[in-house]
Amino acid sequence: MKRSVLSSAALLVIVVIVAPLLGSSHIELGRAFAGRSPDHEIFFYARLPRVILALLGGAALSVTGVLFQCMLRDPLAEPYTLGVSSGASVGAVIAICLGWRATGLASLVGAALVLLIVLGMAVEGRRLSSFTLLLTGVTMNSMAFAVILFLHNLASFSQSFAISRWLMGGLDAVEYSTLAGLAVVVVAASALVMAYAPHWNLLAVGDDWAASRGVSTVRLTALGYIAGSVLTGLVTSLTGPIGFVGLIVPHALRLKLGADHRALLPCAFLLGGAFLVACDTLSRTVIAPTEIPVGVLTALCGGPFFLWLLKSRRRSLWL
Amino acid sequence: MTSFIARQLGFAYGLHDARFEFPRNGLITITGPNGAGKSTLLGILAGLRSPYHGSCTFGGKEVRHWPKREFARKVAFLPQSVRMEFPFTVEEVVLMGRTPYASGWFQTAEDRSAAEEAMTTTDTLTFRGRDFRTLSGGEAQRVILASALTQRPEALLLDEPATHLDLRHQLSLYRLLVELAKSLLVVAVTHDLNLALRFSDRVMVLEDGRVAADGLPAEVLNPALIARVFEVQATVHARWLTYEA
Repeated sequence: MKRSVLSSAALLVIVVIVAPLLGSSHIELGRAFAGRSPDHEIFFYARLPRVILALLGGAALSVTGVLFQCMLRDPLAEPYTLGVSSGASVGAVIAICLGWRATGLASLVGAALVLLIVLGMAVEGRRLSSFTLLLTGVTMNSMAFAVILFLHNLASFSQSFAISRWLMGGLDAVEYSTLAGLAVVVVAASALVMAYAPHWNLLAVGDDWAASRGVSTVRLTALGYIAGSVLTGLVTSLTGPIGFVGLIVPHALRLKLGADHRALLPCAFLLGGAFLVACDTLSRTVIAPTEIPVGVLTALCGGPFFLWLLKSRRRSLWL
Repeated sequence: MTSFIARQLGFAYGLHDARFEFPRNGLITITGPNGAGKSTLLGILAGLRSPYHGSCTFGGKEVRHWPKREFARKVAFLPQSVRMEFPFTVEEVVLMGRTPYASGWFQTAEDRSAAEEAMTTTDTLTFRGRDFRTLSGGEAQRVILASALTQRPEALLLDEPATHLDLRHQLSLYRLLVELAKSLLVVAVTHDLNLALRFSDRVMVLEDGRVAADGLPAEVLNPALIARVFEVQATVHARWLTYEA
């Protein structure tokens, strides 16, 4: 377990160092740190913030994927299953249609609203049903999709283009102050989730299984839902929905590491981050200077890799 | 010495006015037709069904007031079956029983020796490394039992533990329960009157959420009661029963 966490960390460090050096124009690390133009600007203002955003986004989505699959005991669950990212998308689409510039803020509000609605629906007295969470989340997704279709239908040509681009998801360089805020929340929420790793193991087996071994299942489920939704909502408000990461990274890791969340969660954080940084680097470089939407690449790179993994580990197939 | 004491115990649906006292050891089976309230009663004893009406104490303290973690060190519950979605190994499943004793992220030497001991008792050591989902019904049931034993409980509650087992495994499971019942309280829900008759120290029969009979197996499981509660004609042959609809 310690070895897999350490090698994941090493891989992440390598990816984060190499990624900002690659891109449409060649730069050198020495020149960038010496403050020479344009290497300095390209490294510190164009590429590094984007790498950090990809790192935090990939980490947050993968941790949430592990968490939601465990809580809902559903292999098809992913960060977007419980509706928060749809809320974020509706917020962003409304902002685009109304010509507001604060798309990120609007999507954050949308995500928060959905979080509260789903939680309000799923809490019954002092109980919290993960089944109701799932159904409410899926319903919110459908409703949000309907709203987006409706607004898209009304939108002008340029708005329509902006909406499509937003819904594809993508990583752009953002301010360091934004990144710092994101980093604090992502690290804190992930650490909180990881602190309960042994209890997630029990919840992954069943509610009664966990409760009869002294775990407060309602509190744990609420914590998981809120932490996962905050992670997903925050990341989505900055990147739009980036598919596949939160579904495939957890599965790939389970095939390699087994189901123990003490190994799974830290590795999902580290390798999820590394995976999205790598995909984003490819999206910037493959047909540079044109970019491929990163969501397209996560599916195109992750899919075949996952199929190969599935094929080679047939016996531990758990779908 | 008693363990569980129930007075006017009831639950929203399925259980009314149950009263009984359980000793600190021995094998008690609970039986009754479908929907009689067996699983509800077991769930209340396990601290999983609340709020209940009336009173149900363990060790002199109301079950719903026990701190969950502390309670889990005294009372272990075995569900009828476990539907596992994730690739946990047998040993990981067994070690989950140590959660009420855990103080951190990592297992201690004591956790591992408790797991070792429980796997020896249940004869599951040989497949400790296997994926739980690849086990047969009998193997899985023994692993779940091992997990409960690592809780080092004073009371073991089992919901139809023999349902998915073949005849040989049914008998060996109940023999193991009899062995365990020498030092702790074992309460098992079962539909098999012959297992109850042969192995238990005491049988409790539930009917429509009420205790219809409670006492020594040979006395409780008589043709008249079986005809009334289960609506079948039973014949007693020394230590076993046959029934006809």
